Amino acid sequence: MAVASSDTAIRSSKVTRTFIYLFLLLFALFYLMPLGIMLVNSLKPLSEITAGGMIAMPNEWTIEPWLSAWSTAQIGVEPTGLRPYFINSIAMAVPAVAISTVAGALNGYVLTKWHFRGATWIFGLLLFSCFIPFQIVLIPMARILGLLEIAGTTYGLILVHVVYGIGFSTLYFRNYYAAFPTELVRAAQIDGAGFFQIFWRIMLPSSGPIIAVCCIWQFTNIWNDFLFGASFASGDAAPMTVALNNLVNSSTGERPYNVHFAGAIMAAAPTLLVYIVAGRYFVRGLMAGSVKG
Amino acid sequence: MAATDPMLDSGADFRTRLQAWLPKIVLAPSFAVMVIFVYGFIAFTLYLSFTDSRMLPSYDLVGWQNYERLFRVRQWDTAIINLGIFAGLYIVISTIIGLLLAIFLDQKIRGEGLLRPIFLYPMALSFIVTGTAWKWILDPAIGLETTMHRWGFENFQFDWIKDSDMAIYTIVIAAVWQSSGFVMAMFLAGLRGIDNEILKAAQMDGASNFQMYRRIILPQLRPAFLSAFVILSHLAIKSYDLVVAMTDGGPGTSTWLPALFMYEYTFTRNQMGIGASSAVIMLMTIAAIMVPYLYAELKEQK
Repeated sequence: MAVASSDTAIRSSKVTRTFIYLFLLLFALFYLMPLGIMLVNSLKPLSEITAGGMIAMPNEWTIEPWLSAWSTAQIGVEPTGLRPYFINSIAMAVPAVAISTVAGALNGYVLTKWHFRGATWIFGLLLFSCFIPFQIVLIPMARILGLLEIAGTTYGLILVHVVYGIGFSTLYFRNYYAAFPTELVRAAQIDGAGFFQIFWRIMLPSSGPIIAVCCIWQFTNIWNDFLFGASFASGDAAPMTVALNNLVNSSTGERPYNVHFAGAIMAAAPTLLVYIVAGRYFVRGLMAGSVKG
Repeated sequence: MAATDPMLDSGADFRTRLQAWLPKIVLAPSFAVMVIFVYGFIAFTLYLSFTDSRMLPSYDLVGWQNYERLFRVRQWDTAIINLGIFAGLYIVISTIIGLLLAIFLDQKIRGEGLLRPIFLYPMALSFIVTGTAWKWILDPAIGLETTMHRWGFENFQFDWIKDSDMAIYTIVIAAVWQSSGFVMAMFLAGLRGIDNEILKAAQMDGASNFQMYRRIILPQLRPAFLSAFVILSHLAIKSYDLVVAMTDGGPGTSTWLPALFMYEYTFTRNQMGIGASSAVIMLMTIAAIMVPYLYAELKEQK
């Protein structure tokens, strides 16, 4: 986002400004409402929700729904709660983020500083591959995972996320390194530095911000993915999003809404935390992933 | 401009040669992965769309039969009409809300630093989480409707999510909630990039606020409009999770979108050939929007 060029503010009367503030506050409320409702209802007994008090504060506060969602709720066959699936998601996201980021950094470095014929073509193909609808690869991917005997496992999901994460991570580093002075690379070369030495000593030390952006983007996407998780890792290996959907959409009898809300917050917590801690990089990632293609 | 031009003359030893080849060796795995897992897979699905694959892939070609059948299936009709309604409303409403929020936030608002992250945070959430929240909020049995009744508005009625004619609009509500803050961020970036000198000059010439926005500011935001359109339409065509979480396609099949159709026909109804052809149509639709856009972006970057 561009920095502090002064606002394109217009002259406006008191009435207009009041209206503007009202409008903005109303929308702030609209955006906060679902999170607020989830939070409030995850802390009240079920009877209070079914009695029709979804928006009211709890009369009786309880953390029971949270405990249930975490360790005893029925998901699929077993009453295991969401905990094992939360662990699945971490076991899937951490390596997938790490691998795709490293690959993206190296690719970006090659594509900007070691030009060769066809590099632009490769970049164009990578660029388009970021935006395909994943439905087009579901069937062959299922076949390949089956052939590799990692269908239905976390390893399979790691592979899938690395494969389809490389496009974006390469884009980020490529755009970032494109602005990096090539003279520095050349000078180092003349001094006898090799390919990896240049990468390690010159490129990486100045790559902090883009590494942050890339990791946050990949983590958010991978953690929030549902399509791949639902297609390739049902059952015990399911990630958090799939488990949450099973919890919410397959419970029979009286629905434990409060447990659903607690579970939803758990599924949202990691990316929400990242957003709160590193919102600046999150926004930069969003913008780079869209505006710059 | 090449940083290196390897001297591969006769004197070059193995190390030098290796150095010259290293960049390509490093890029090779990613390149191979892309060729196989993206373009190879696209080719494979394209091939399958011309075969009589059902539960498992079959390699017997049947010509255009799957496409002909696809366009005769009622659920595909539903999915396409729904996509039209959903994408149209989603793009237009998100753009309007995003633009208004950006313009208003840009009026030297106190607390901008607090409001901006509030508008944007839904983008960090999974569609499954968003869908779960909105599913229960809009559920007439426990959510908004019941709450309004409790507050004394006995006649308040809002059961769209249970109404097969209206359910698709509830998906729009949740999707707009999720993305409009992001559109706001794009427009805000655009607004902050506008040169203030022109505005001051226009102000001196006595242009009204409305005129300034219509004649000077909005035209300059054209790139942001274009990006918003491309990103939102891309998101709309791919939409799957949100529908699964909110309505699971129901009531009946009334909220099916192409992405859901593809999944159902391929993996649940064992009609892989038709599923593959629907995926191909989805790819073509997105390509029709993305390819010209990316081409223009790439050219600009040079």
